[in-house]
Amino acid sequence: MKRQAFALPFILCLIASTVIPMMMVAYYGFTDRSGSFTMANILSVFQPVHLKALGLALGLSLISTVVCLLLAFPLALILRDSHLGRRGFIVFIFILPMWMNFMLRTMAWQVILERDGIVDSLLNFIHLPHAQIINTPAAIVLGMVYDFLPFMVLPIYNSLMKIDDSLIEAARDLGASSRKVISSVLLPLSVPGIASGITMVFIPSLTTFVISNILGGGKIYLIGNIIEQEFTTSANWNLGSGISLVMMLFILGSMAVLQRLDKSGEAELL
Amino acid sequence: MKKALKNIYLIIILLFLYMPILTLVVLSFNQSKSMFKWTGLSLRWYRELFSNGEILRAVWNTFSIAFCAAVAATLIGTLGAIGLQAMKKRPRNLILSVNQIPLLNADIVIGISLMLTFIAAGLYLSWGTVLLAHIFFCLPYVLLSVMPRLRQSTASTYEAALDLGASSFQAFLTVVLPEIWPGIISGFLLSFTMSVDDFVVTHFTRGAGINTISTLIYSQVRVGIRPVLFALSTLIFLVVLLALLVSNRMQRKEETA
Repeated sequence: MKRQAFALPFILCLIASTVIPMMMVAYYGFTDRSGSFTMANILSVFQPVHLKALGLALGLSLISTVVCLLLAFPLALILRDSHLGRRGFIVFIFILPMWMNFMLRTMAWQVILERDGIVDSLLNFIHLPHAQIINTPAAIVLGMVYDFLPFMVLPIYNSLMKIDDSLIEAARDLGASSRKVISSVLLPLSVPGIASGITMVFIPSLTTFVISNILGGGKIYLIGNIIEQEFTTSANWNLGSGISLVMMLFILGSMAVLQRLDKSGEAELL
Repeated sequence: MKKALKNIYLIIILLFLYMPILTLVVLSFNQSKSMFKWTGLSLRWYRELFSNGEILRAVWNTFSIAFCAAVAATLIGTLGAIGLQAMKKRPRNLILSVNQIPLLNADIVIGISLMLTFIAAGLYLSWGTVLLAHIFFCLPYVLLSVMPRLRQSTASTYEAALDLGASSFQAFLTVVLPEIWPGIISGFLLSFTMSVDDFVVTHFTRGAGINTISTLIYSQVRVGIRPVLFALSTLIFLVVLLALLVSNRMQRKEETA
């Protein structure tokens, strides 16, 4: 009896930090300003502006997740293969940028991509035409990939490191080529890592408003920007909450899909 | 041939990761006010940084909030883990699954939901609400780093200490605490770094006059970046580099010891 009581402050915090706030969002999402029930906030997702923002957010975050996966898997493979002494150092230099303040890293890309910025000047120097990258969806994808790539690399690297070397040797002894080893041993066994990497890139990309604001020049709206504006400049908390609830459906949906993927990965392991 | 390809791939990714940071470092030593005309080496922006009250206050807010949030979250989370361990399976699993929600939720939803709750509770958005919000979002991580240690620690040694006449507090201090200590430390460090890095939750729960490093940069990026921020970035990068080097060395020592 006495020891359970230690958890009391924690449970109170959990109620104050998660249970009540989630109920508040649901309450605001389903009511109007006067407090009476309405579906209007939820249904406002179908307004063209909101629908476009949601579609763009889904599209850009899908692209950046795929790009992260394509970059991260070979990288994690190379890291796994590198020699033990060197490995610690290489892993270290790959996670170092991740610890740098997220806002500063995003700001750095603005500096690089800006008109008359570094990329632009370089292109100019070799007499190529101006490339307008800043304030385009491509700049936003670049920012997403840069900011969230480590979240894809680390889980995949961890699950690759768990694979026993003898499995790979066995595959080789049975005549598998290096490509075959990757496709039928390393890839299937790293599915749990890939699944958690995908969640850790997809969800922050889908819901970001910072990257789109800084690298999109405040003109490209993702669903996160719509929500942020409703809570700051427009001050329509009901509408913002309603759209947040819809966005959470997409988060839950993507997690359900990935959990299934993860499960089947474990099943293959048995 | 294959080896060369691998190395080229590593170098390209490294360039991609470090180019933005190096750009900021180089530009921070540029004398010119205009960002892209190199007019010579200068420490001008560093001097300006240390005389800029707004930036120094933001740095102080960032680290004071991170320290207080990490201490509070570690304390509450560790006690919570100990209490949960003593609970029956069903309530424990219920609490653990509620604990998963903030881990998987989007930052923006955590931010707005806390903002709505604080305002409904009549709290004035300020340094205090940011601290509270940071404690809240750090707690689940502390629980997750302490719980596994607690599960591994053997109940029998704790009971043996009790049988040998230790009070339950003494037994906790001398038997359980040393076993779960690494989990507590990693929970603290995780909380501290997450708090320092946070922008989104702070953005929604801060009052008008309070800035952290992240919110200050965000407000300046939109009106035009000044090179003082490059000097700040360079210093932050150096601090991060040193902290990681020290922690790596300590880890290695622990492993060899």
